[in-house]
Amino acid sequence: MQSYSLSHLQQLESEAIFIMREVASQFERPVLLFSGGKDSICMVRLAEKAFFPARLPFPLMHIDTGHNFPETIAFRDALVSKLGVELVVRSVQDSINEGRAVEETGPNPSRNGLQTVTLLDAIEEFGFDAAFGGARRDEEKARAKERFFSHRDQFGQWNPRQQRAELWNLFNGRKQVGEHFRVFPLSNWTEMDVWQYIAREKLAIPDIYFTHEREVVNRKGVWLAKSSYITLMRGEQYEQRQVRFRTVGDMTCTGAVESEADSIASIIQEVAAAKVTERGSRTDDRRSEAAMEDRKKQGYF
Amino acid sequence: MDNMEETVQTSSQYLSMDLLRFTTAGSVDDGKSTLIGRLLYDSKAIFEDQLDAIERSSKSAGDENINLALLTDGLRDEREQGITIDVAYRYFATPKRKFIIADTPGHIQYTRNMVTGASTANLAIVLVDARHGVVEQTCRHAFIASLLRIQHLVLCVNKMDLVDYQEEPFEKIKAAFKEFSSKLDIPDIRYIPISALKGDNVVNKSAAMDWYQGASLLYTLENVQISSDNNFVDSRFPVQRIIRPQSDNFHDYRGYAGRVAGGVFKPGDEVIVLPSGLTTRITSIDTMDGALQEAFAPMSVSISLADDIDIARGDMIAKADNQPVVGQDIELMICWLHEKKLMPGGKYALKHTTREVRCILKEVKYKVNINTLHRMEKDKEIGLNDIGRILIRTTIPLLYDSYKKNRTTGSLILIDEFTNETVGAGMII
Repeated sequence: MQSYSLSHLQQLESEAIFIMREVASQFERPVLLFSGGKDSICMVRLAEKAFFPARLPFPLMHIDTGHNFPETIAFRDALVSKLGVELVVRSVQDSINEGRAVEETGPNPSRNGLQTVTLLDAIEEFGFDAAFGGARRDEEKARAKERFFSHRDQFGQWNPRQQRAELWNLFNGRKQVGEHFRVFPLSNWTEMDVWQYIAREKLAIPDIYFTHEREVVNRKGVWLAKSSYITLMRGEQYEQRQVRFRTVGDMTCTGAVESEADSIASIIQEVAAAKVTERGSRTDDRRSEAAMEDRKKQGYF
Repeated sequence: MDNMEETVQTSSQYLSMDLLRFTTAGSVDDGKSTLIGRLLYDSKAIFEDQLDAIERSSKSAGDENINLALLTDGLRDEREQGITIDVAYRYFATPKRKFIIADTPGHIQYTRNMVTGASTANLAIVLVDARHGVVEQTCRHAFIASLLRIQHLVLCVNKMDLVDYQEEPFEKIKAAFKEFSSKLDIPDIRYIPISALKGDNVVNKSAAMDWYQGASLLYTLENVQISSDNNFVDSRFPVQRIIRPQSDNFHDYRGYAGRVAGGVFKPGDEVIVLPSGLTTRITSIDTMDGALQEAFAPMSVSISLADDIDIARGDMIAKADNQPVVGQDIELMICWLHEKKLMPGGKYALKHTTREVRCILKEVKYKVNINTLHRMEKDKEIGLNDIGRILIRTTIPLLYDSYKKNRTTGSLILIDEFTNETVGAGMII
């Protein structure tokens, strides 16, 4: 008999497509959370493939902290207009203005945690009952235990001890009114898988992933980009460095790495030789050992 | 460790790597965390910041050694109580293969977690302590692997360093497990003497055990043949979704989206659509990357048919001369996942392939003692972590195969209609 087999990346792709189709069929109003980062760019490609030749049966939503890299926003808008998909933007600044969220103070004020307020409000406003996220189990230890279909209660909270068993490829998206699901089609992907997929699919990504000269300040071992949202502390100064970003988040918490990588191929080489995880340069995860789990319980991405 | 230095892969190598999903099971203190830690560490899947983080946690918890279990015990409760609550998934790769480990805790909720981890695994690693040999938990793990139809089992006899690397204890354990496993249905069982702590026979062949002629664990994981485990004979395509673009370019396009669950489909194939029983022909198999000449499991594709017939989500496309069973009275092995017991006469929501129906429990045939494999015909109360044989009736027919024949079309879950929680995992007989 002829041998039929798929490579691991083909299997991961097929699994993600299957999950996206399940969500589109099991839920009334799904949405794809889009940050402009490499994982959500892969997600958009997978969604295109899942419903081809039809258009995406759900909108994209960006929770805008107001502290984004301008390059990411420009990239987001270009991608949306190219694909002709609907984009919803809800901003943390509006939540602050309306008094629903309060800005952090200090030298490193981050809006990372405040996104949860804006996100949950937006989910309620539009009646979204399933939100796709690009999170992967390999990136963070709390995420290593999360399900593909992750239940959220009426307050948008995740209860890690009461997760539903998830067996075979049978995904239980049943819920009560007012509850919703977060769904993670890339659960089984690693950072390397994402980069190899970007290379294979020839996907465009924002420029900040590639090497460039930038003014940065070293704060507790993390290189932060110069921006109006950061106040220099005593003894700190900006310096010009050849850097790139391994993840794309808020400017206030996303650290750069010194790098010469100027192509996807050279990024792949760099990722393969990396000694630190991609979230090692995220100050939002460093706040405490269970920082991610605690934020997730509140309703974070 | 030397043969794993080569982790920088060229893209062409990387794109052709295949995937092995395996589960690890063992009892407390059998060295499972050490083994996984070693596989991850030696394949460079652990990074410096992760190692730093667990080193800090280990020290603050008063451990002298780095506690590799902290890598997988990700939740606050788990770290504080020093227990593993849930299945954790871990990833590593060698230039040959990509691996997904479903690491299941040995003590708490073992059945529920083992069944979950095993449901998608190709291979199971069961660890035994060379000093203690085959114990009750070993048998339980092997039984669950067999029940979930894992085709390959590797019995790792660990802590060989503590029995002076002698052949005799290894052979004794091997003989004892062979006798027990003759009652099981696992076609490929291998035995490897290892020391996870010292690294013997994990990545490299051990110099301390000349008498062992077989391969190291990693070599085994890299080379075990799994491509024939999928069913490529019985063609099954559960319809997941109808794709109708209604755009100018694809005005009349109507495709049936789904993932092939078994067999092979080709354009031109005569097919039958169930439950309607209408027959038609495949005109094309489409993906965004172009039309395909064939589709097989587990590919996600969109199938177009020659005739415009009524097809909905939950229907199944198969070949006329090889059809699944269509039926409402279904006998299955059930693993119970919830504190609330299986109710006599209870009604549940049921998910099977892409079909969702309701069912009623008609009869509990027996419960299995998962340590001895004996049938308990008198004790029919099925509670959390119990396994039993039951008979259900569904509101409308399911289109199914036996689990033995096809893991996708033979599996189902039961859902509590009030709490919506997944309460049972079923394997159709």
